[in-house]
Amino acid sequence: MSERSDGARRLDYLAKVTGRATYLADMKLPGVCHGRILRSPYPHARIVRIEVSKAAKIPGVVATLTRDDILDHPALDPYYGPVFKDQTIVAVEKVRHVGDPVAAVAALTPDAAEEALGAIEVEYEELAAITDVHEALKKNAPLVHDYVKVPEAGFADLAELRPVEGTNICTHFKLRRGDIDKGFAESDHIFEDTFTLPAAQHAFLEPHACIAQVEQGQRLTVWSTTQNPFVVRTQLANIFKLPVARVRVVVPYLGGGYGGKVYPKVEPLTVALALKAARPVRVVLSREEVFHTITKHGAVIRMKTGVKKDGTLMARECEVLLDTGAYAEIGPRVAKKSGYTAAGPYRIPHLKIDSMSIYTNKPPAGAFRGFGVSQSAWAHESQMDIIAHALKIDPLKLRLQNGYDENDTFVTGERLTSIGFKQCLAEVANAIGWEEKPETAKDRHVKRGKGIACLIKATITPSISSAVVKLNEDGSASVYAGTIEMGQGSETTLAQIAGRELEIPLERIQMLGVDTDVVPYDLTTSSSRSTFHMGKAVQLAAQDVKHQLKRIVAEDFGVPPEQIGFSQGKIRLPESLLDYREVMAKRFGMPGGTLVGQGQVKTKTVDERGEKTTSAFWFVGAGAAEVEVDSETGKLKLLRYVTAVDVGKAISVLGCRQQLAGASITGMGQALFEELVYDNGQLINPNLIDYVIPSLGDMPQKIEPILVEVPHKEGPFGAKGIGETALIPVAPAIANAIFDAVGVRVKDLPIKAEKIFLALEEKRGQGR
Amino acid sequence: MKKHIRLRVNGLDRELEVSTGATLLDTVRDQLDLTAAKLGCEMQVCGACTLLVDGKPVSACSYLALDADGAEILTTEGLAQGDKLHPLQESFMEMGALQCGYCTSGFLLAAKALLDENPRPSEDEIREYLAGNFCRCGCYGEILQAVKRAAGI
Repeated sequence: MSERSDGARRLDYLAKVTGRATYLADMKLPGVCHGRILRSPYPHARIVRIEVSKAAKIPGVVATLTRDDILDHPALDPYYGPVFKDQTIVAVEKVRHVGDPVAAVAALTPDAAEEALGAIEVEYEELAAITDVHEALKKNAPLVHDYVKVPEAGFADLAELRPVEGTNICTHFKLRRGDIDKGFAESDHIFEDTFTLPAAQHAFLEPHACIAQVEQGQRLTVWSTTQNPFVVRTQLANIFKLPVARVRVVVPYLGGGYGGKVYPKVEPLTVALALKAARPVRVVLSREEVFHTITKHGAVIRMKTGVKKDGTLMARECEVLLDTGAYAEIGPRVAKKSGYTAAGPYRIPHLKIDSMSIYTNKPPAGAFRGFGVSQSAWAHESQMDIIAHALKIDPLKLRLQNGYDENDTFVTGERLTSIGFKQCLAEVANAIGWEEKPETAKDRHVKRGKGIACLIKATITPSISSAVVKLNEDGSASVYAGTIEMGQGSETTLAQIAGRELEIPLERIQMLGVDTDVVPYDLTTSSSRSTFHMGKAVQLAAQDVKHQLKRIVAEDFGVPPEQIGFSQGKIRLPESLLDYREVMAKRFGMPGGTLVGQGQVKTKTVDERGEKTTSAFWFVGAGAAEVEVDSETGKLKLLRYVTAVDVGKAISVLGCRQQLAGASITGMGQALFEELVYDNGQLINPNLIDYVIPSLGDMPQKIEPILVEVPHKEGPFGAKGIGETALIPVAPAIANAIFDAVGVRVKDLPIKAEKIFLALEEKRGQGR
Repeated sequence: MKKHIRLRVNGLDRELEVSTGATLLDTVRDQLDLTAAKLGCEMQVCGACTLLVDGKPVSACSYLALDADGAEILTTEGLAQGDKLHPLQESFMEMGALQCGYCTSGFLLAAKALLDENPRPSEDEIREYLAGNFCRCGCYGEILQAVKRAAGI
């Protein structure tokens, strides 16, 4: 398939290559003040005193913000958070992680704001800090939160999850299936391993940023780098006690998101500062502040699996401990998804899974591309290989033998449909040359190996996406959709869907920017959901326009509806063709008027057959790696990486390939070197020199994305989402390839050369 | 303290008053409204702030505006000749060498500097030259192809 077979050039490209695309930090607003945040130097401390009088006197300082401004304020509820209300605009009683916002200032110049931060006096009383999940679970461990507020109405899929009072357990998700004791009793072999992976950073190049403008306390406009403006709107409306209609969230192009820009980040603080300053305020986080704002969950996963001699998986007991940091954020859902996928894409009749999000005194962990599944898959895909080698079964065959087929029952009890899972495995195996031995390297110390891994993942369900398509008087179309263009190419994909449905070229379609005053509701640009959900909403809206055109032609041209069709962007009548423009002119009696089409997708937790659904569709994929390992030094070289994802039906082939390759590269960084390193709760690598992300120099010679197409009946033109899938199998595929090469198993990410070296040393020791 | 400097930016002569500590990046973005170059890592590793100073790529986030006095500056806004795009801009679009676009300006200018120095670089030379620019969306394969295409390789 040609990379450009869809023939579409992305709509955002010209602006981006000419430097004209506007990102938030590029915006200028008259009279805007510069906001800066004073952050905690301690992982856990009680705030004894905050004194801002000296800071307030510094020339150019317009406002200061501390807990005194947000407590007992009649027009403000300082507590917020997407699942539990455990965050405050600035710290109230205590600080819970290094970098927790304590106070803020707004000033006429950045220099004045910076100087004022230095003049704020804060007296802390240090408390014992919890910096590890095992410590957090100990009896009598210090509590990160003495009490957690639970909102009255929250996400339907998380309704059953609550903090465990008197502990640091934020949530505890349990999955039970079959009879775990019976399952182990019927197994011939039992494998028990513990796998770990560290917290990681999204490291989008654009930091979180926000500009807030308040008009007489009545009307709030927020420009934000958010991935879910409607959720931010709801949260701001709740915090500042305003009707949703009075809160406007505008989102320009994002410089990357990867999950790190969902849910409120700097918005509540920026708005509070703008209210106090009575002027617009702009906050753009520094790189170090981004590191203290949100992370990917580090995890410890203990996995015990029972297997028959022939390789049939019988039982799994699994404990997933996710370090969710100081605030719940969306950690409870991440933990739930980790739990759901701890059995992997395999039929295992007996399950006992416990997945916890655990509070610690570290920056909050939240959504990261892969959302809990990169954590669980690291464990189940590493262990599948351990099992395969122990039983002398080919790792690919073991996966195929136990893997889900169409219409199999998932761990939740629901039927899986439209899953090209085994096709993905077959594709990567074929592309990497699974049956062939790797070539021998020139240096005899250097060994080559191949590894494979796969996954299944859910999308957020229930959820809502709505869209409006306006047909203009000249037959061109305007599309209103709340999906954020953050690099994934959604703008173009949605325009392509509208264009295909209306049969008009991209040049005649305009995507409106995201402004909650203008576009209808969309839950979020995350969970790889936009092509499927918003794509369908756009398709339905375009179909609505077509229905209206048909009705108008029937009425105004006197043609029976059954004789009216659509063909190549025109309306086909028995003996003639009509332009949309002609129909509009006839209906409105002048060159004017608009037809407004609407589309809405609302996914449910029960499908039309009355069966439970935890996911509107399923992500399946596989990856395969070929590596070279120096058996003396542990030095690793990734030679090739192949990834296959079931995309449903590609809308944009190039866009799909970019998503697959891009996610694989992020996965490589996490597999090989990315790691947030803490020392007593202090992050010691909060910058892009010490926290290394992949560059062109780190790339293998070849990354091959493969699109598998098993169309989904509810997706637009059969399409499914793909943003996250390819990231997930990378780390275990590489670890499995290392084992194939040199026979050592690394169970702790990232797989640095020293870990391979130490494992080799240990193996050599055993051999002596 | 403020000082006067003269820069020739994208072919236009500019006289500016800058504070002695002002970076070239802030000066170009705030005073000249040329915002293609972005602040990314703040410490010369990500390449998002790359500008060409007398044809050489610099990390403008860590380059004093004063040190550019008298120099010729090229930003991404100055790459195209009117409506005619630079071959690198064309090939980046054609090969899909960008996603979010935040790093794109830096990559385009670094790649231009490479091709000016070495019009027919090998793949390894491209990898090495551009290893100082990060693309977190992971378009490296496409970027490599785009640079080769622009070089006619």
